[in-house]
Amino acid sequence: MSFIIFFGIIYSLFISPPDYIQGDSVRIMYVHVPSSFLALGIFATIGVSSILNLTLKIKIMPLIGKSLAPIGITFTLISIITGSLWGKPTWGIWWVWDARLTSMLILFFFYLFYIVIWKYFKNFEKANKFSSITSIIGLFNLPIIKYSVNWWNTLHQPSSITLTSPPTIHYSMLIPLSIMFIGMIFYSLIIFLMRYKTELIKFKLYHKKNK
Amino acid sequence: MFGKKAKSRVIILILSLIISGLIIFLILRSLKENVVYFFSPSEIINKSEISLSKKIRVGGLVKINSIQKKENNLTFIITDLKNEIIVTYEGLVPNLFSEGKGVVAEGNLKDKKYFIAHKILAKHDENYMPPEVEKILEKSN
Repeated sequence: MSFIIFFGIIYSLFISPPDYIQGDSVRIMYVHVPSSFLALGIFATIGVSSILNLTLKIKIMPLIGKSLAPIGITFTLISIITGSLWGKPTWGIWWVWDARLTSMLILFFFYLFYIVIWKYFKNFEKANKFSSITSIIGLFNLPIIKYSVNWWNTLHQPSSITLTSPPTIHYSMLIPLSIMFIGMIFYSLIIFLMRYKTELIKFKLYHKKNK
Repeated sequence: MFGKKAKSRVIILILSLIISGLIIFLILRSLKENVVYFFSPSEIINKSEISLSKKIRVGGLVKINSIQKKENNLTFIITDLKNEIIVTYEGLVPNLFSEGKGVVAEGNLKDKKYFIAHKILAKHDENYMPPEVEKILEKSN
């Protein structure tokens, strides 16, 4: 796994070509785009698991959300920070309040809120309920982030990779980007499984104590 | 498939999702003016009331062969291929600012055709390619 990311970084930093207008600053893309994708994907997973949790009362669902949230918030932060490092040389500004950037910041606060609820409530059932509701409300933010660049005028450019049309990134850049995607997805999965195991043990201990 | 309790929870959840989705949709629609980061030249021309003292942003493409430099003073035309607006600006521009590329200017309108910018931001598009490929594309065009 770490090999994939290592190889991906070497590829994106040294082997892949510079961009025709942006030059070398395009290399930030190889970290920025997969991080943003994972930030959204992980929140979607937390939201869906919260829905299953509230409606069907599947016991492991809150543990999934709880283990995923710190990974998601990390990628959100990476996405915002690399985005701002990229914005300065290309747009000429670190941060603007356009729809894409603002909605991404809101996603960060949803993650933060979700995590704080788990930390703040000592009672598991209460924490579970409030955090699930938070993540379900946060789900509405996801399509807003995704389509903000199409619905409104934003400084942020529209997506280069869409389901409906061929990507507008040259294949020599698409290869390292895909490697980074795969590497970071595997990284998240491994961290998730480790955290999930811990959460499961904590959950069992909590129930033993409260019997 | 599910118990009675689970079924009612599913129904409540779906209903509340639909209602809150609608509420958010309506809020965003009414906020449209504030959500957009910049206006295109056509949108400015079509606007009925426009405040000259309020700071606004205009965005579009820098018209080809429109950039004129006089010492620190920069004049160029922002176009959305239907309407145009003349922009003057004093100061440094981002590296990616060039003719035929996207731009967002922040400042005040003098009238609907004339804009005084205080800040220039470059807007790039979603196309990424190596310089060699761009040259080949240019040749074939």
